[in-house]
Amino acid sequence: MQNDVIIAGFGGQGVLLIGKLLAYAGMRDGKEVSWLPSYGPEMRGGTCNCTVVISDKPVGSPVVQHPRAALVLNLPSLEKFEPMVKPGGLLLVNTSLIHREPARSDVTVVKVPANEIANELANPRGANMVALGAYLGATEAVSLPVVEEIVRETFAGKEKLVTANIEALRRGHALGAEAKKGGQP
Amino acid sequence: MAKKLMKGSEAIGEAAIQAGCRLFFGYPITPQNEIPEYMSHRLPQVGGTFVQAESEVAASNMLYGAAGSGARVFTSSSSPGISLMMEAISYMAGAELPAVIVNIMRAGPGLGGILPSQGDYFQATKGGGHGDYRLLVLAPWSVQEAADLVQDAFDLADFYRNPVMVLGDGLIGQMMEPVEFRTERVPCKPLPPKPWASTGWRGDRAKAIINSLFLDPEVLEQHNRNLKAKYDAMVRDEVRFATYGTERPYDVLVVAYGTVARVVSTAVDNLREEGVRVGLLRPITLFPFPYEAVRAAARRAKAVLVIELSCGQMAEDVQLAVAGSRPVHFHGRQGGMLVSPEETAEKVKEILKQTGKEARRG
Repeated sequence: MQNDVIIAGFGGQGVLLIGKLLAYAGMRDGKEVSWLPSYGPEMRGGTCNCTVVISDKPVGSPVVQHPRAALVLNLPSLEKFEPMVKPGGLLLVNTSLIHREPARSDVTVVKVPANEIANELANPRGANMVALGAYLGATEAVSLPVVEEIVRETFAGKEKLVTANIEALRRGHALGAEAKKGGQP
Repeated sequence: MAKKLMKGSEAIGEAAIQAGCRLFFGYPITPQNEIPEYMSHRLPQVGGTFVQAESEVAASNMLYGAAGSGARVFTSSSSPGISLMMEAISYMAGAELPAVIVNIMRAGPGLGGILPSQGDYFQATKGGGHGDYRLLVLAPWSVQEAADLVQDAFDLADFYRNPVMVLGDGLIGQMMEPVEFRTERVPCKPLPPKPWASTGWRGDRAKAIINSLFLDPEVLEQHNRNLKAKYDAMVRDEVRFATYGTERPYDVLVVAYGTVARVVSTAVDNLREEGVRVGLLRPITLFPFPYEAVRAAARRAKAVLVIELSCGQMAEDVQLAVAGSRPVHFHGRQGGMLVSPEETAEKVKEILKQTGKEARRG
């Protein structure tokens, strides 16, 4: 069993961070993992992405051309990665910043208003956590409690951040889990 | 020690420290800046010294000087920076000094780009610097293997009194994977004493003079022959390679090294599921190159495919190994573009089609 995902957005949205959290959590869960960032001449505001592979056996290629899932937080990322997702795969779209409908009909589309939810929670920088939660809910790539454990460790000593980010994760998770059941809201 | 999720660059730095290296001299260049960054904060913690030199030329000559003291010394850079170090590397080979040099390759030639490449194979394995010398060259395919090979590199350098190069690409440097450092690590070679080290003369032994200048041609020829004997010993004793999927019969043998071999391993799995018979041979030492292993593995295939992030450099060594007994095909990506499992699979199928046609014609 292998889960692989490309997480993409603007530099500064925290896409590399949630990729790392996912990889840490996969490792904690006893899985084999790899985390591969794009590292072109990028800057804040430009697009960036990372590829995370979580597998039951040693990870072969850390480079994934056709991922089982793409988590896209902005429009340029949707443009770039929508065509790449494996047929039957998952396309998770941040509808707060992406105002066009995905064109693919052979993938499961999960729409997450990540920024709006994060704003609701008074944690505007937590949109990435909402998105990660939704990915976890839709795929169960790693169980939510394990990811929460990693969040607690990563932000240790910053209680407010821990609480806010776990709340964001859970809101996203509920959305993703519901979408998985087929009840896309 | 428990498994840690680390960037390849950080794992390489930590491995050097675990191997007892306390001296690093370097100059920043993308995509390996995390190595000097890591060394700059870790070395002071363990009583070591980190020096950011004014250039790669300076860094490599500091390495040369420090190696002469018998200490375990280390530098890292990326392609253009490694070019600048070539003079000092040749001097260290000539003066028979152990040192570890990590090259996290980026695309060239010239300043090129900052993305992954394997374009420095020739430079690493066939010289690079001037004169008749060889480097031991090790090519990791994972972060764990990078950590293991860096530690081995220090042992091999000490054993042979020769610089050792660890040749990775931008992917190895940038990606994160779980790594485990063995607490009770046994050196991969016996570690000889270093009577040659220049540690300060107190009149109690012959003077230790570090030099690569031999103006008497007869003396220099003897020196060259001694070096050659050492390189022959490496060829005899140090060849390392791994295979994937070759325990079952295969029609196409893919030869690839480093992270490209990782990509190919996934292609092998996918192709096998489709019933396509394919196997992978991965050289771990690029010098010495596993000629015998490639020759033997190629004989069991109908055709050989070499995949590299270059225009075809290791391909020449594969051709030497196969020596015309099988067709050798090449597929390469350049400029920082990567090869994918899908692209690999397509190439393999193409070759099979071609081979089938030739067989029917024949």
